[in-house]
Parts: sequence; structure tokens; C-alpha cells
Amino acid sequence: MPLQTPPLRGVHDDYGAKFTEFGGWDMPVEFESIRDEHVAVREDAGKFDVSHMGEIHVTGPDSTRLMQRLTSNDVAALEVGDSQYAAITDEDGTIIDDTVIYRLPDEDGTATYLFVPNAGTDEAMHERWITHRNEWDLEATVDNMTDEYAMFAVQGPNAASLLGDVVEESIADLSRFEARYATIAGVECWTARTGYTGEDGFEFVVPWNDAETVWSAFDCKPCGLGARDTLRIEAGFLLAGQDFDRESNPRNPYEARIGFAVKLETDFVGRDALERVHEEGVEEKLVGIKLIDRGVPRHGYDITNTDSRVIGTVTSGTMSPTLESPIGLGYVPVEYADPGTTLRVVVRGQSKKARVETIPFIDTV
Amino acid sequence: MSFDIPADRRYQESHEWTLETDGVVRVGITDFAQDELGDVVFVELPDEGDDVVRDEEFGVIESIKAVSDLYAPVSGEVVAVNEDLFDTPELVNDDPFGDGWMLEIEPAEEDELEALLTDEEYEDQIA
Repeated sequence: MPLQTPPLRGVHDDYGAKFTEFGGWDMPVEFESIRDEHVAVREDAGKFDVSHMGEIHVTGPDSTRLMQRLTSNDVAALEVGDSQYAAITDEDGTIIDDTVIYRLPDEDGTATYLFVPNAGTDEAMHERWITHRNEWDLEATVDNMTDEYAMFAVQGPNAASLLGDVVEESIADLSRFEARYATIAGVECWTARTGYTGEDGFEFVVPWNDAETVWSAFDCKPCGLGARDTLRIEAGFLLAGQDFDRESNPRNPYEARIGFAVKLETDFVGRDALERVHEEGVEEKLVGIKLIDRGVPRHGYDITNTDSRVIGTVTSGTMSPTLESPIGLGYVPVEYADPGTTLRVVVRGQSKKARVETIPFIDTV
Repeated sequence: MSFDIPADRRYQESHEWTLETDGVVRVGITDFAQDELGDVVFVELPDEGDDVVRDEEFGVIESIKAVSDLYAPVSGEVVAVNEDLFDTPELVNDDPFGDGWMLEIEPAEEDELEALLTDEEYEDQIA
């Protein structure tokens, strides 16, 4: 299957970006240096093309009921211009995907939502929404808009001041997870104070054909998926398909430490299973890991206890540019999950000393 | 994009360079290779006195995004290791043909060097 390309594939290529396949998309992984891009976001500001993220639009008289039934958080609590992080779970409580749900201005007098599934999962989520809508006989329109919108993120401590000059309306007053329409270089974009880096910043849903106009209006360092990954690992954010995966690494939200996004008082697919998990507690959970010995933890490496017994697997890892230390995420039995616990990570057959660390690894907004 | 390919060296298809001086062969990776890898964060090398075998792995180099094996361009005994790379692996990015060198090998057979690519042949390979 040919790769999907973001609207600015050519613009990034002209700039000299390197590309990688991610979730079926051909995306810039690095513009000049992952480390420099990472530092720009931590200390100043950087812009990301995240057009691989899906956009699904849900409206109609039963839109709230449909969203509520298919996501773990409390959608009914969202007012226009609010957003929330949520898990999309299976009947058994396994995370299928994670997403941010935005409540857009009402359309035809009914609550309207845009949710953002991960790269390559938009079609499956669209189908899931349609199937459940029909099954429950709900009145809602569900449209997959992934090919109609680009998505950009501008992240970093200076993002707000930088954007003050670029966005026509004030967006400085937006709180974390608040959103509204704002105009950038004449283009109306859904603008949210959200992100995936642990820094302050904004994300923009931009009409596909206006992508270049908006992208070039942001006067800061272009950053690729490489820096996006190192930033999110430091911030302890999950990567779908890696830190959870319905097939290869099935996890529930409590194991993945996103229990804050599970509202058991709402009725959603997976709720009953998750209530049992919540009552009984989990056997394993996600931890932060820092290597004390030299080496870099990577996805798939074994985690052992100090007796060399395999107790878990690294799901994400990197050399942290901020801490200049090798860090990672992985699942271990709860008895090994306390910060300060000594573990081992097996790097190419060699057992490296490691320690459980508090997540996030860095101070985040 | 153009890359440095000094004419005084021989090259291996797996992007290592060699420079022979007084019977000792210095080894590193090319400018092209360091650019492909991106920011180097970790280098694992053999110890002095170890033997390496031509075309077999002698170490590992890791950038933020990738892990790659390093392949010996000649067989022989390791007589020097660039220990600066353990604390400052970014030397491989900053100066791949100079301070970013990795090993010095005393070759078991002189003529193995002859089999390596010339700078022109290597340039064709990466073109």
C-alpha cells in the first residue's frame, strides 16, 4: 500500500528533511538534528507537522451519547471549546487507541466533536463509530476528515508569545486543553492549547489546502517526529502501537497509568471490565526507567530483576537530550514499580544496571 | 547535499573508512554515515588487544533514532581505541574523519586494504 503523504511533503523535502514511515504516512523524522530540535522546544519553540494524526467529526442529536459510549472519559462534561484526553477501549478494557476529543461549536443546535485518533487508526475508528452508532440506533453523523485537514503543533515556553504576533485573535487566554477558532495568515484554524511534548504550546487543525500558508507563518524551528518522540518520552506520554498495542502489548488504562482519563461513572465500552480492574488492582504497570550503566534502552529490550529473571519489556527508550541520560518506559510487576527500585535492562545480551524513576522524567506544564 | 570523502583513505561499503599510517590502520565512519545516523549518543567498541575480523561486527553505534553495527574493514589486532567517544560520542558527527575516529588495527594481512573502495568508488556508491 502506498504511503499517505502530508500536504507539505514537498516543502519539507525542499528544506532537507529526512523522512520515515509512521502509521502508513511518509513523515519528516528530522529536519537538521533531533537534539537541536528537542532543545529548541524545551528552551524556545518549535513547530511540528503532525498531519498523520486523524480527524473524525461527530455531530447530531445523539453525538454526545455516541462519544460517551466509545471513549473512557466524561464527554458530557465538555463545554464548547473544551477538550479532554481519553482512551478508546475494547469490551475487556484493553486500550485500542488514545485520543483527544475537542468540543467544537454546536452545529444545527447539536453538540459537535472532533476527535483525533493516532496515525493509521482513523479508518478503523471511523468504522467503529459507525458500527456502534447503527447497533445502538443513535442519530449522529460521523465523518472521517483526515484527508481534509493538516495538523500542526507549535510547542515550547515561547510558543504563546511567538504566536501572539501571528494569530489575529488573542489565544494567550486559552487555558490548558481549551480551544477555539483563530485566524492565522487569513486562515481559520481550530486552535487548542494542547500538545505532546510536556511544554506549553498549541495545536492547529488546518484546512489541507491552506497548510503551507499557516506553516510558513510560524517563525520557529521545524521539528520532526524524532524530536517529538524524545520529548514525549521525557514527558512520560504514551505512544500508540508501542506503549500499548491491542495485539502485541494489550494494556488497560490503569496499567498504562492513564486511569485519570477513565470515568467509571460514565457508561462506555470496557467500563465494566475496568471497574473490576480498578477494584482488584493491576499486576503490572508502566514505569520510567533510567539506565545507570552505559547503553540506551530500546523498544523490545528485556527488563530483568537483579537475579536476571525477565520481568518485563522496554516499550520506548532513548537517550534523553534534556537529561543526557538513557531513559525508557516499560511494564513491570507492581512489586518492582516503586521509584528507586533497582532493575536491569538487557542491551544486546549485556545486563545493564537501571533504576525505576518517577514519570514524567522532567518538569512539565 | 555533498559529503566529505577524503582521497587519502579507502572505504568499505558499510561506510567505514580506513587510513593506513606506518602499518597501522585507523578506522572510523564516513561523513555520509554520520549524517544518515543523526545525533550520535553512544558508541560501543572492542578493547585494546581484541582481534577483529574483516566484514564482521566490531562494535555498535547508536544515534537518537537508530542502532547500527560497525563492520571491520580489515582483520587484525586492535592496538588503540578512541576512548574520547565514550564521553563525547558527538565527535563522530562533528569530525568523522578526525577526532571521531574509532579504532587502530594492526592488520593481519596487508593486502586486505587493497580490496577496499577508493574514494571515487565510494562516492559512486553513495551517489
